[in-house]
Amino acid sequence: MTSDVQTAPTGRPDSVQRSIGWRDALRWEGGLVVVLIAVLIFGSAQSSSFLSQSTIFYAGINIGYIALMALPMTFIIMTGEIDLSVASMLGLAGSLMGFLWHHGWGIWPAIIAALVVGALGGALNGVLVAYTALPSIAVTIGTLTLFRGVAQILLGSLTVPGVGDPQFPDSMTKIGTQSIPGGALSYSTVLFLVLALLAGIVLHATPFGRALHAIGLQPEAASFSGVRVAWVKFCLFVVSGLICAVAGVLLTLQNASVSYTAGTGLELNVVAIVLFGGVSIFGGKGTIFGVLLSVIIFGALQMILTQTHVEAEKQLVITGLLLLISVIVANGRELLSRVRSRLAVGGGSR
Amino acid sequence: MTTTETAPKAPVPALTQATAAGRLDALLRAREIGLALAIVVLIALTTAKNTHFLSADSIQQILNGGALIGLMAVGETLVIVTRNVDLSIGSTLGLSAYIVGDLFVHDAIDIWMGFVVGIAIGAVIGLINGLITVVFRVPSLVVTLAMLYAIRGIDGVIVDGKQINASSIPGGYTAIGYQTVLGVPWLFIVVAIIVAIAGYAMRTFRSSRELYAIGSSPQAATLAGIPAARRVLVAFLISGALAGLAGALFLAEYAQVNNNSGTGYELTVVSAVVVGGVAIFGGSGTVFGAALGALLLNTINLALVAARISASWNQAIAGALLLAAIAFDRWLSQRVTRKLRKTEGAHRDI
Repeated sequence: MTSDVQTAPTGRPDSVQRSIGWRDALRWEGGLVVVLIAVLIFGSAQSSSFLSQSTIFYAGINIGYIALMALPMTFIIMTGEIDLSVASMLGLAGSLMGFLWHHGWGIWPAIIAALVVGALGGALNGVLVAYTALPSIAVTIGTLTLFRGVAQILLGSLTVPGVGDPQFPDSMTKIGTQSIPGGALSYSTVLFLVLALLAGIVLHATPFGRALHAIGLQPEAASFSGVRVAWVKFCLFVVSGLICAVAGVLLTLQNASVSYTAGTGLELNVVAIVLFGGVSIFGGKGTIFGVLLSVIIFGALQMILTQTHVEAEKQLVITGLLLLISVIVANGRELLSRVRSRLAVGGGSR
Repeated sequence: MTTTETAPKAPVPALTQATAAGRLDALLRAREIGLALAIVVLIALTTAKNTHFLSADSIQQILNGGALIGLMAVGETLVIVTRNVDLSIGSTLGLSAYIVGDLFVHDAIDIWMGFVVGIAIGAVIGLINGLITVVFRVPSLVVTLAMLYAIRGIDGVIVDGKQINASSIPGGYTAIGYQTVLGVPWLFIVVAIIVAIAGYAMRTFRSSRELYAIGSSPQAATLAGIPAARRVLVAFLISGALAGLAGALFLAEYAQVNNNSGTGYELTVVSAVVVGGVAIFGGSGTVFGAALGALLLNTINLALVAARISASWNQAIAGALLLAAIAFDRWLSQRVTRKLRKTEGAHRDI
């Protein structure tokens, strides 16, 4: 696998397989660009204020923390695993931060504690998936329940800050109402873009990124060619836990309050964004650029539908249909060739 | 994982295979006995703490509360055994429950038709899930995730903020939710009969044994002449139909339906199935185990209430239990593999 990857840029014949993979990926992203342009034109036609600063700001507020979780999810799905505990980790980190704040901790110690727990929770997933070889879908459904459960133990029915608690510091909660100095973007958007850039570099321009591709395509081959499969997977889950904790802190500050239900059910939104971005659920295929486009499309669509007063229910239908169409289109070519070959066989027998 | 471990070995003699299968079967059965024991011990411990727990009332609660999850766990088991997953069942339940309820509101149907309509709605959704999965060869995780959104959205559009209340449902219908025969709730009897039929069928009939073959190795199953596509389609169809029936029963039990009914049930059901010893990557597990898994999860819920432990602990304990169950399965399958190796070695010596 590694040899394949290394020869790809030189364009030697044995890289044909690989370059076809690239063309497929680019075609997918090309399609996403078209969809994005269509969405933007549609949005501008529906409402003159669509491409305004405030729309862009609120789109960032609404989807930024979800988009953050999509980045480590992309990496994890690339390796053929999945992390369904992301939204619960977001809730746990936010709840812990609220819990500590409620008990008189300073804001920074509370945030740091939340991030540490994020990394630890990720490590728990990582150990179970990477070192005991348990199926990640089962493990992370377990930790989905566990993390949310611990969050519930911490806060119960409490909303922090409640009666008698000091508010979170204004200097930090302003990220929910103010854009970055000298721009229209929300803090969450900027954080996402910076991390997306980093993730893109790691995934597409480093040995670590190539190792991810290799693991997703053929884990055994990857391990024979010197990739420490278990270690890589472990690291990914730790990073995922950490980033989700960051998202939890971000959401808590944005809302200036937190309850244990924060982010419930978002894991499936995150998976939907990543898959719509062209990342293969079987691993080995996908780009950060595709996920970025997917995030923007989902964010823009959500704003349009809200601005044009389409009910949340219809937005759900659209999310589902988009996801469905995306996988069907992605598999359409294979289906066509299958049908053709079957027809050819049928014709031959006659 | 076990398949990759056993794959390089020489073919196992038929005789060994039979005894090995018998032993595996015995172990799996031990799992069901273990689950039943866990439920009994749990009830005993809780009763020791709170003598009111062992009343007819709370036993009925245990049986009734676990019934719907258990019913959906039957269908989910069929699907998971084929190495697929159905995440759309929670939404299916919600849609079916509301439509049946709405028909009652308009006096359009009699009591029995309520169940028929519920099953039909679920069957159609299951058919769509199955067709897309099989025809386009798209991962069922993605298909049913998309359907989860789409159906919930359609449900929301139909519900349109309204709610079905007990007053508009025929008394004979809601009686199923609370009336008992010799102290056993009707709801539980209905589900128990279905579990018994499905459990018998999964052990006995050729077509249902083929589901296991498909889950163990889809390629090998196809090569062996098993109509894998048709079998998987039927598994989805049954899963959908049972979720639809669960919707009709939900209406009878709770007599109150809104656009959120059944949200999140899919992961609870998958948890129950996994706790019940069904391998998440297919090929093994029984309907009885899954149903007992559902019963155990519900018993824990009620035991916590009876033991006056804060309900906040509920989720955390369920999550920890799920992780323990997965780890236990892993340990069990490794043991079986080792034993198989030993038996094979013994035969070679002879």
